[in-house]
Amino acid sequence: MFRTLSRLVAATAVLLLAAAPLSAESLMMATTTSTDNTGLLDEIAPVFQEETGIELKWTAVGTGKALKMGENCDVDVLLVHAPPAEKKFVDSGFGEWRREIMYNDFVIIGPKSDPAGIKGDGVTEALEAIEDKKATFISRGDDSGTNKKEIGLWKTAGLGVPDKQDWYVQTGQGMLASIRVAEEKGGYTMTDRGTYIKYSADKDGNPPLDIMVEGDKVLFNQYSVIPIAPDNCPNAKYELAEKFADWLASDSTQQRIADFRLLGKALFIPNAK
Amino acid sequence: MDFLLDGLLRAFGLLFSGDPETWAAVSVTARSSAIALAGSLLIGAPLGFLLSVAHFRGRATARLAVDTLLALPTVLIGLLVYAFLTHRGPLGGMDLLFTIPGMAAGQALLGLPIVAALTAQAVEALDVRIRHTLLTLGANPRQVAMGLLWEARFAVMLAGLTAFGRIVSEVGIAMMVGGNIKWHTRTITTAIALETGKGQFAMGVALGLVLLALALVVNLGAAWLRRRMA
Repeated sequence: MFRTLSRLVAATAVLLLAAAPLSAESLMMATTTSTDNTGLLDEIAPVFQEETGIELKWTAVGTGKALKMGENCDVDVLLVHAPPAEKKFVDSGFGEWRREIMYNDFVIIGPKSDPAGIKGDGVTEALEAIEDKKATFISRGDDSGTNKKEIGLWKTAGLGVPDKQDWYVQTGQGMLASIRVAEEKGGYTMTDRGTYIKYSADKDGNPPLDIMVEGDKVLFNQYSVIPIAPDNCPNAKYELAEKFADWLASDSTQQRIADFRLLGKALFIPNAK
Repeated sequence: MDFLLDGLLRAFGLLFSGDPETWAAVSVTARSSAIALAGSLLIGAPLGFLLSVAHFRGRATARLAVDTLLALPTVLIGLLVYAFLTHRGPLGGMDLLFTIPGMAAGQALLGLPIVAALTAQAVEALDVRIRHTLLTLGANPRQVAMGLLWEARFAVMLAGLTAFGRIVSEVGIAMMVGGNIKWHTRTITTAIALETGKGQFAMGVALGLVLLALALVVNLGAAWLRRRMA
């Protein structure tokens, strides 16, 4: 029995050692589901490591949770897309600064049959029609950047934000998962174009949901990088975060973002200054 | 149904071609479950033993508490462990959030009541004559305790296997405390959740098969132990 026990202890020690992080520098990032789900980070993170020796680790959550993780000092840097919430985050002293990196736009997608007849409408008319016809609308409902944007659109349209209505479905899940719910339920949903292109590519370019509303100015979707303020979180790796932000904004990375395409379409458009 | 069949075929491809992502998730799962299991056995077995043989005030309450904890939801453990390990939490300085040991700590908490309750039950079920015989042979209390634990060894291992089954298939703690970080804390279960969310059913099925295989191994082990005990 004792021998077995001591073996167990030894095995545990070995495992713990094996599990200890390697000595290479690593940067912990909280990001939105869109940068992860589309595969953009899988594409660029290895290049970042190759060029700087820094390993990028990321956890993909909604922007709301990402900001909270930054507040709690659980990550070193954020890559998110909810400008008003981000500005507040920096102003409150949680983020050191905010740098714009790239954008795409939001689109409202829906079944080809278009039950609410919104194809080609502006955002406000489309939302009015959806509410009017009680057409199924799928919301992320997870306080992500996309969810914040969608709620903002209901407000700008002068409509109350739906919540308990039968036709308004809140999934509490990531973007691709929510699109799949929309597909199953034959409903509309709002998504960023990058994720929609990824979804189309998964469906071999012939997705059951089409873009119904696009091009409206309010649908602009800016992504920014924010290093966590060292004043608030002394352990945050500010220097590495700064390096990462500079690297994202560098010409070669911006080009790499522009070149990240599926079905021949760009998912994100670089616009770092 | 297509994706199940398609998934199954692609699953075998992923597994046998040694797909690094699939195997990374398998390896993370194996490591964190092994640490978690060792932790829950090292603390849970003696605890269960004490609960069954020691005489102390409040023993019945302690048993009730341990039995209740058997039903502890993994998301609640995940939430509590997260709250403790976040850098603003009481144990934040240990840097365990988003690491395998951090996940393992949460999973050990999940396994602990299982090991303790099943060990206590097993020791109680031992023939009282064993104890009396040991005492008659002049054993001191420590020797009696060791003798009893030795007699219950297969039951304790069975408790360990049960805990392992629960730990290895757990997703709430791994997701919340581990953060599902690729190459680092992405386990089989969090990978399945992620891949399914992305609509990549093949990868999900592949990983599901690995879990199923693990469950089979665990069950074969349990069956073997039961035969040894009979």
